[in-house]
Amino acid sequence: MSSNYEDRDRGGYERDDNDDRGDRGGRGGGRSGGRRMHRRKVCGFCRDKIDLIDFKDVKMLQGFIPERGKILPRRISGSCATHQRMLAEAIKRARNIALLPYATD
Amino acid sequence: MAGQRIYEVMFIVDPDAVADDVTKLSETLQQTITDLGGAITKNEDMGRRTLAYPIGRKTEGHYVLFEIEGSGREIAELERRMRVNDQVLRYITVRVDEDRQRAEKFKTKRAKKATRRSGGGFAAAKAAAAAKAAEEAGEA
Repeated sequence: MSSNYEDRDRGGYERDDNDDRGDRGGRGGGRSGGRRMHRRKVCGFCRDKIDLIDFKDVKMLQGFIPERGKILPRRISGSCATHQRMLAEAIKRARNIALLPYATD
Repeated sequence: MAGQRIYEVMFIVDPDAVADDVTKLSETLQQTITDLGGAITKNEDMGRRTLAYPIGRKTEGHYVLFEIEGSGREIAELERRMRVNDQVLRYITVRVDEDRQRAEKFKTKRAKKATRRSGGGFAAAKAAAAAKAAEEAGEA
């Protein structure tokens, strides 16, 4: 899991590359290649038809905590709001009972 | 109180305790629950595992999970007991019945949507009604 996902938002896009759209948000991590990918992410939980996110399911939750131990933001994972909320709740519960770390370095 | 609630209680027992102690502790806790009118629907010993971060200089812990059905009063007593007990490093109680109901709702909603999409829905209902009417006519 990439630890520098935050970098993508800040320095990930350059002003001078040939963009035709107003560069709002600079999402999609346009590297200097200039081609902006516009692949719409689909919520993995919706796709897999998961209605309940359990805090005991450590293996699954671990996929949503990058190296620092933070909760992977929605803009990266593509989760829908409903599932992101459930996921965050589950991760926080798991942290409380020492199944997941609060922070790692 | 209207309706039974379902709770999940997970707690970590001191890893230095002997396996015997863990079972004894879990039994006494279960006793408190049943005494207060709660029912244990699931009792799972998850065994020893390393903690994600140290709790009171302990790096390991013995995890135990209960699923309890009750009014909520037994939970209060259970939590009090666990708080007092030194062997319990940490506990967490989660009310799960509401979330499960919600999940069930999503499921039925999805099932409905699927039937509607597959051309079931209205046309199928109409056909069923027609069949029923024909049957009734036949009987009469």
